[in-house]
Amino acid sequence: MTALQTRTPSSETGPRTVKRRRGRITAGTALVYFAAFFLAVLWLVPLLWALSTSFKTETEASLGQPIRWIPDEWSVEGYRVLFERGDHVMWMINSTLVSVIVTVLTLVLCVLAAYGFSRLDFPGKKVVYAVILAGIMVPQQALIIPMFDVVSALRMVDTYWGLALPQVVAPVMIFILKRFFDAIPRDYEEAARIDGAGHLRTLWSVILPLSGPILAAVGIFTFIGSWNNFLWPLLVANDPSIMTLPVGLGVVAGGYGLLYAQNMAAAVLGALPLLIVFMLFQKQIVKGVAGVGLK
Amino acid sequence: MTTETETPAAAPTAEQPPPPAARAPRRRSWLGLWFVLPFAAVYAVFMLWPMLLGLYYSFTDKSLTGRPVSWIGLENWSEAFGDAKAWDSLWNTAWFTILSTPPLVVLGLAFALLAHRARKLGWFLRLSFFAPFVIPVSVVTMVWLWMYQPAGGLINHYLGEWGLGGDRLWAFQAESMGSVVITTVWWTLGFNFLLYLAALQTIPQEVYEAADIDGANAFQKLWGITLPLLGRTTALVVVLQLIASLRIFDQYYLMAGGASNLSPENVFIQYIYNSGFVGFRVGYASALSYILFFFILLVALVQFRLMSRRED
Repeated sequence: MTALQTRTPSSETGPRTVKRRRGRITAGTALVYFAAFFLAVLWLVPLLWALSTSFKTETEASLGQPIRWIPDEWSVEGYRVLFERGDHVMWMINSTLVSVIVTVLTLVLCVLAAYGFSRLDFPGKKVVYAVILAGIMVPQQALIIPMFDVVSALRMVDTYWGLALPQVVAPVMIFILKRFFDAIPRDYEEAARIDGAGHLRTLWSVILPLSGPILAAVGIFTFIGSWNNFLWPLLVANDPSIMTLPVGLGVVAGGYGLLYAQNMAAAVLGALPLLIVFMLFQKQIVKGVAGVGLK
Repeated sequence: MTTETETPAAAPTAEQPPPPAARAPRRRSWLGLWFVLPFAAVYAVFMLWPMLLGLYYSFTDKSLTGRPVSWIGLENWSEAFGDAKAWDSLWNTAWFTILSTPPLVVLGLAFALLAHRARKLGWFLRLSFFAPFVIPVSVVTMVWLWMYQPAGGLINHYLGEWGLGGDRLWAFQAESMGSVVITTVWWTLGFNFLLYLAALQTIPQEVYEAADIDGANAFQKLWGITLPLLGRTTALVVVLQLIASLRIFDQYYLMAGGASNLSPENVFIQYIYNSGFVGFRVGYASALSYILFFFILLVALVQFRLMSRRED
């Protein structure tokens, strides 16, 4: 990567007029567009097929042959049964609750801690920061057994807190936020200081307004991660009424058997909430992956 | 820790002279601890404590049935090292990692290169390639198991139509490792795709213009400029992918493992899970967990170095 570092400054040396090759469509470009379009459509096949199946009658869906992308006879029977039974909606509410708790707590706790590490000095700071950072390397999957023990000792099995609290431990978010806070010039805070603002006030009115994108990235990623978490909710939610959507769909709905239209209706509904989140926040998510992953 | 280099707190004496500014001086006080404490408390209860507890359990015969715990020394560990089933499941995890990592890295790069060139399709490509990543795993496996159906399934239908023998292909039997790998590639490729796409966008255009002047063709530019400049991203993608793949459980459990219980073969986390929650042997499962932890730690140390080097 030294190559990149030595080369980048050269971009300032010559403000060369960028030659626009507009209007010249080469064979290579056409090929790239064709390949990209083909792959993108191919990548959508599973989702489109699920969508198509979900609107078929159960008879047509289970017959399978011949493969029909447009249902012979449109039916919302799968969706109707799903809503009538009600558990799908319940799991969706549970998932939303748990993910909101996790996201809000993660943001609050990590922002406070990151500010403390970035702007304040206190005895033992380096040690505490090192211990927390080391947690980035610990796979939570390797902790499920004792974690379950801790959570049951706290009597949190089959509770929202039991589902949520272990997911709040996200050292990598502290790392990301602290580094972002470190990069904010101290001058901004001086004015607030002179006005007599304390640290909480400074954090709220100076640092946070400057941190919109990074907070969005951390928040969205925490939400997606929590919504899609499977192993931990599988362990800690045994009561179907407390299950999250992925667990409910995987464990309970998996037992419905051969009702394909209904299954695919459940899949479509299960995919929908985060697909909507993704479409709304596509820009932040794309940037967030770059920020969270690379830095 | 390299991240600690530029905290300006180490100069308390310098800011004595102007009295008004000294209202909130950066002196060492316990105040900072209050900011860190809420997270540290959750971290201690749900990370440090389970880690220590797990280590302790690995030296005991702790059981889910709740009978008294007694210290048995290294018995769990020596049993784990001699346990053929544990090694088989560890090998399955390794095999999954070997099969899934190359396509996830190479295709992630290829798709990003395409999307970078085909900019007018940008929104559509990002949606199509990344959207699967935000879908819950059980939805993913439901849809793919439906597509893998031997009779009436989409994949075997088209394979049969094109004369490729349908379900005789090992990858397309729903409960096989190949199916899990293909499903995983579809599901998680988008993350690597976006990492590469972001990295491609940081490469300055001038570099390519210089190559144009030298008369380099597209392939030479790719091989001589783009790929070398992506070297660091590739290192990171590979490491993150290895860690993710070593943790394989969810989709395997739902497609080939516990839920359908058709396969006697396990991946490692499934074996840990079964030892602890089906066999009730918490002590033994804890020892196994630490073996997994060790392998992931080896890879994670590389990640950690990559991340902190980025600081400079």
